[in-house]
Amino acid sequence: MAVLNEEQEMLRDMAREWTSKESPVTEFRKVRAGGAEEAFDRKAYATMAEMGWVGVVIPEAHGGSDFGWLSAGLVVEELGKTLTASPLVASTIAASAILLGGSDEQQAKWLPGLASGEIIGTLAVDEGSRHDPAKLETTVSGGKLSGTKAFVHEAHGADLFVVAASDGLYLVEKGEAVSLSTRKLTDQRSHAEVVFDGAAADRLAGGGDSLLDDVLDRARILTASEMLGMAQAVFDVTLDYLKQRVQFNQVLATFQALQHRMADLFGDLTMMRSAVEGGLQALDSGFGVARAATIAKAEANRVLNIVSREGVQLHGGMGMTDDYDIGLYLKRARVLEASFGGTAFLKNRFATIGGY
Amino acid sequence: MATQPQIDSHSGEEAFREEVVQFLAEHFPPELKGKGNALASVEGPDQETPAQEGWRKAVGERGWGTPTWPKEYGGGGLSRKQAAILNEEMAKVGAFNPIGGMGVMMFGPTLLEYGSEEQKLAHIPPISRGEIRWCQGYSEPNAGSDLANLQMMAEDKGDHYLVNGQKTWTSGGQWADKSFCLVRTDRSDKHKGISFLLIDMDAPGVEVRPIQMISGMSPFCETFFTDVKVPKGNLVGKEGEGWTIGKRLLQHERTNLSGGGSMARLMGASLADIAKKYVDTDADGQIADKVLRDRIADFEIRWGAFLLTARRASDESKAGGVSEISSVLKKLGTKLGQERAELMIEIMGLQGLGWEGEGFSEAELGGVRAWLFGKATTIYGGSTEIQNNIIAKRVLGMLDHQ
Repeated sequence: MAVLNEEQEMLRDMAREWTSKESPVTEFRKVRAGGAEEAFDRKAYATMAEMGWVGVVIPEAHGGSDFGWLSAGLVVEELGKTLTASPLVASTIAASAILLGGSDEQQAKWLPGLASGEIIGTLAVDEGSRHDPAKLETTVSGGKLSGTKAFVHEAHGADLFVVAASDGLYLVEKGEAVSLSTRKLTDQRSHAEVVFDGAAADRLAGGGDSLLDDVLDRARILTASEMLGMAQAVFDVTLDYLKQRVQFNQVLATFQALQHRMADLFGDLTMMRSAVEGGLQALDSGFGVARAATIAKAEANRVLNIVSREGVQLHGGMGMTDDYDIGLYLKRARVLEASFGGTAFLKNRFATIGGY
Repeated sequence: MATQPQIDSHSGEEAFREEVVQFLAEHFPPELKGKGNALASVEGPDQETPAQEGWRKAVGERGWGTPTWPKEYGGGGLSRKQAAILNEEMAKVGAFNPIGGMGVMMFGPTLLEYGSEEQKLAHIPPISRGEIRWCQGYSEPNAGSDLANLQMMAEDKGDHYLVNGQKTWTSGGQWADKSFCLVRTDRSDKHKGISFLLIDMDAPGVEVRPIQMISGMSPFCETFFTDVKVPKGNLVGKEGEGWTIGKRLLQHERTNLSGGGSMARLMGASLADIAKKYVDTDADGQIADKVLRDRIADFEIRWGAFLLTARRASDESKAGGVSEISSVLKKLGTKLGQERAELMIEIMGLQGLGWEGEGFSEAELGGVRAWLFGKATTIYGGSTEIQNNIIAKRVLGMLDHQ
């Protein structure tokens, strides 16, 4: 764990207490059983917003708390631990796009609503099933945006889309020219194909040529924070299981073959935490963000993948049942691994940034 | 200490800095800039040039080679802050600490903690002056990872111990003056039968044979002890306390082996820069072999995460918290170091496998030896398997499998 200041420790403790008491995995199961397409609890989200968690990176002048990215990551990590279903990550990423590229008017118009939770935002970039921000066919002419975005996170709950067109980022409000087709993925959260058919679009003109990359780096790092919470939870629940399950008259935790596998995972988890916290700290310092974001998401992908696989294996047959939580983490894990950059994409990006 | 004026004010620090600057101007021979001292390392012969000898003696006289050790035993008696100033000023002029080796890194701190007054007065000052080299007598042919299985016997003969047995993997044994050994004084109890004994390497009955390693180097020795008479006064602590004292010493060893900073220096240039010299690049300046490019990126990402881990460990320990990271740093860093060496020789092809002679650069030949020597890193100082046992038991609270 990074060294935290008092404010950050309080925020983390508050998030930890709330998620463990008010939003354990049983709450996600309720959302899932409810079957609503937006797949989150509006009341819970309003509570999160009240506690200031949605506006962590938004300046105080616009109703946020301006605690910075490490703080945002701490909250998101705790939410990830209990698979809390909410559009908090999507909305924070949308807010960061407006912060980086929005005019004063655009910021004043949207940020207070995003911070208070009354408005939900999300990022719509990819047009195919694999992350490829260099290949965009969405176009804008005469202030009208047209194109099809694939697998948009939290699309059902969103009021505002930050849409990547071939010539930049645009704000598009949900309305008649925007239509959704649900794509129910294995994590059973909100995802949809979104078709924009001449929708009114407001350009984010600031932020320079790297605006899309900069926003995606924030998406990568914050998503990696959620994955860190998930990996930590899977590791912890697996360790508990090994300490309780008895076979051959012996607690499984006493088998050296299993001890060494857990030691390996502990090492991987340590690297993942350093990489993710390093990404958040890079955002706060503004130094070396692209490289740090790539390391953060690549390590998150690698480690969550292996931890979730080992978690199921070490639970034995119980890990295959829907009654146990471990499978829920496995399914969400793969969705997040593929979002905003799969491992092959990230390795290519890392080498390109490094000049080789 | 009563004899040492308390220097804690800012002006006191500046006065000390001034003293260091003057000392360096007076005593550090400019021709040694950026070099080292033979005696400061664990291994290697001990001939010094007159300049090296002069520098060692000047530093040793002040106790500044072991700056924070107590003055009454020949240390510098400096505060941590003063020691940091000393380091800073030495670095500024390209000077180095000419006093090091196992006596400084491991044995000295342990003896200061457990030794008798007489032992401290006898052994610490020569370490602080850089006059005596110590080696470690721990491992035996049948006591490696299972160190407590050691069998070398020290039999009580009234006024002395009679020592018989064999040690192995004695780093720098062929150059050491003295050895700190774990010996058995009681066969009836595996752990409580172990004692900590100091033995002169030139005592009659001690024989040292260097072991040639796969790297072609001989940094380790087998050491044989046949009817070696050791004075009773050379026992550190009481009989049976050797395991406790010996484990404490290993903590000093692991701290020295796991540092991410020193690891980073060891690594030198990035793999990608090396690859660009040995393999083709395409029109965009990218490594043309995309499979190789992918593997380099895969490694460098994890290496980046490891360096962040080392930085986090240092931040956490500075903040005073208990860092769980220290338990995994050695395991992670040594494995990545080996992986890097393997990838490097793969990038270079057969040019990266030269043993000696013409057709290879010094860096290429050095790389091969380093690749081979690097296999030791996951074995010595507690093998990766032992580290895994420690993590499972101490950090993860999994019950002992034994």
